[in-house]
Amino acid sequence: MSKRGRSRGNNVLARFRRHRGAAAGLGFVSALLLVALLAPWLSPYNPSAQELDSGLSGPSSSHWLGQDKLGRDLLSRLIHGSRVSVAVGLGTVGISLAIGLLTGSLSGFLGGRADHLFMRLADILMAFPGILLAIAITAVLGPSLRNVLIALSLLGWVGYARLIRAQVLKVKEMEFVQSARAVGSPPARLLLAHILPNALSPIIVEATFGIARAIVAEAGLSFLGLGIAPPAPSWGAMINEGRHFLFVAPHIAVVPGLAIMAAVMAFNFIGDGLRDALDVREQIP
Amino acid sequence: MRKYLLSRLAQIPPVVFGVVTIVFLLIHLIPGDPVEIMLGESAVPAQREELRRELKLDRPVLRQYGEFLGGLVKGDLGVSFRSREPVLREILSRFPSTLLLAAASLFVALLLSVPLGVLSAMRQHSPLDHLCAFLAMLGLSLPNFFLGPLLILVFSVHLGLLPVAGYGTARHLLLPALTMGMGMAAILMRMLRSSLLEEIRQEYVRAAAAKGLSRRAAVLRHALKNSMIPVLTVLGLQFGALLSGSIITETIFSWPGIGRLTVQAIDARDYPLVQGCVLFIALCTVAVNLMTDLLYSRLDPRIRHE
Repeated sequence: MSKRGRSRGNNVLARFRRHRGAAAGLGFVSALLLVALLAPWLSPYNPSAQELDSGLSGPSSSHWLGQDKLGRDLLSRLIHGSRVSVAVGLGTVGISLAIGLLTGSLSGFLGGRADHLFMRLADILMAFPGILLAIAITAVLGPSLRNVLIALSLLGWVGYARLIRAQVLKVKEMEFVQSARAVGSPPARLLLAHILPNALSPIIVEATFGIARAIVAEAGLSFLGLGIAPPAPSWGAMINEGRHFLFVAPHIAVVPGLAIMAAVMAFNFIGDGLRDALDVREQIP
Repeated sequence: MRKYLLSRLAQIPPVVFGVVTIVFLLIHLIPGDPVEIMLGESAVPAQREELRRELKLDRPVLRQYGEFLGGLVKGDLGVSFRSREPVLREILSRFPSTLLLAAASLFVALLLSVPLGVLSAMRQHSPLDHLCAFLAMLGLSLPNFFLGPLLILVFSVHLGLLPVAGYGTARHLLLPALTMGMGMAAILMRMLRSSLLEEIRQEYVRAAAAKGLSRRAAVLRHALKNSMIPVLTVLGLQFGALLSGSIITETIFSWPGIGRLTVQAIDARDYPLVQGCVLFIALCTVAVNLMTDLLYSRLDPRIRHE
């Protein structure tokens, strides 16, 4: 890396570190990733093991966060549920980003008919608000991790593609790209070596917020019974089970709810920090 | 203006056509035989054949598609195979309660976001601004399927002030409207703050201040009006999100709207009704987005002259 590149990287890192929320968010996300990775070793009980006679019990020395209606250990279910949230968050953004990068950059770079066609397709998919299409798709495909990933990515890629397209359109008119074109740089090299690396900042920021959105969407689907098939633990499904016992055992819904809130907040703080550090202008949310 | 209106209207037919096509294909996505999934394993072959005929699944796909489009033009979304009622009638009977909830949520969102947004912009970098930023982040990070049970826990279980669920009075409306409105309030507040900060730095605000107007009056009388334009756009665009958000909120509070109808249809594997609900919500969103765009172009003349 050149000296100038390194100093820009250091500046970004320094600005990110100054954002206290982002630093705390990064700490939480690192811990979350570790918990998800080490779930089988960290969880004190089998998350599906039932102790029916102690169902709905509150926190105790043997069950730190209490037990659900079937007497399953909430801490173990929370730990295993983190795997689903992390897998869906990273998986959805990874798939959506890959499709979005390919379609958005080609659409912006090539222009013409391909671009027009892409924009119309994007308009159609964007007409489905929120997670409506994902609800419809998982309702017909059935609940499973794979189907959740399909449903969320099917709509998720459009936002990235539009953002990447807009970035490519902006960067390809810049002087350094025009100079590279003038000295005979082939189109693929122009796109991969000159345009895309300079178009990535807002995409990185958006992807961070995207992980938070995917975690909420999966939990929402699982809340409706359309996410991960039971008895596998998912934070959204745990809230749904718990909301029927708010009068007698509120901890069953509150514990996974706090976990979702903390995870989403952590990714949002990191996104905010990255936006400031990378100097990306605030976009309409 | 007319040119802008026409070009914007011309974008609608392909979008509507695409949405209708995707919704039509939904039922064909079902892995295996949809009729067997809807009726379960215990159904006899005659029942299966009857449902297959009723859903027109015994015909070639292209013909089914043609008939689906033909039905839509006449306002026929098919028949709910559980209640035997026309799908459109079921949806329309639930629509007023969803609209009421959406309107109340918008009201809550504006009531919270406008004062807090203005305060935090006028006192940028103050402790109050930081508090508002944290509240906005909290609002953005609290999904409605957690916020709803949390509000029930506080206001119904602990304080005993409001009913847990149901429909009919203003007391029933409060918790679901808060559940849906808080997230939107957070988005609007952030939007208003940044938009107002930009306006405050404009020359005309300084000119108003130079003429002797207090800073507060200059902001409230002049800058706020202009900074509301992007906020109104986001408000319109969020309306679609409110409709799909109602699927979860209505389920939590047993609110008899389209959202709950959708979930009931999914639970009953009543796919014609699921199809109808999804199509209805998506088309409502397209219509509201169009109205938002047109309103935006009326409010901001720069848009239609571009």
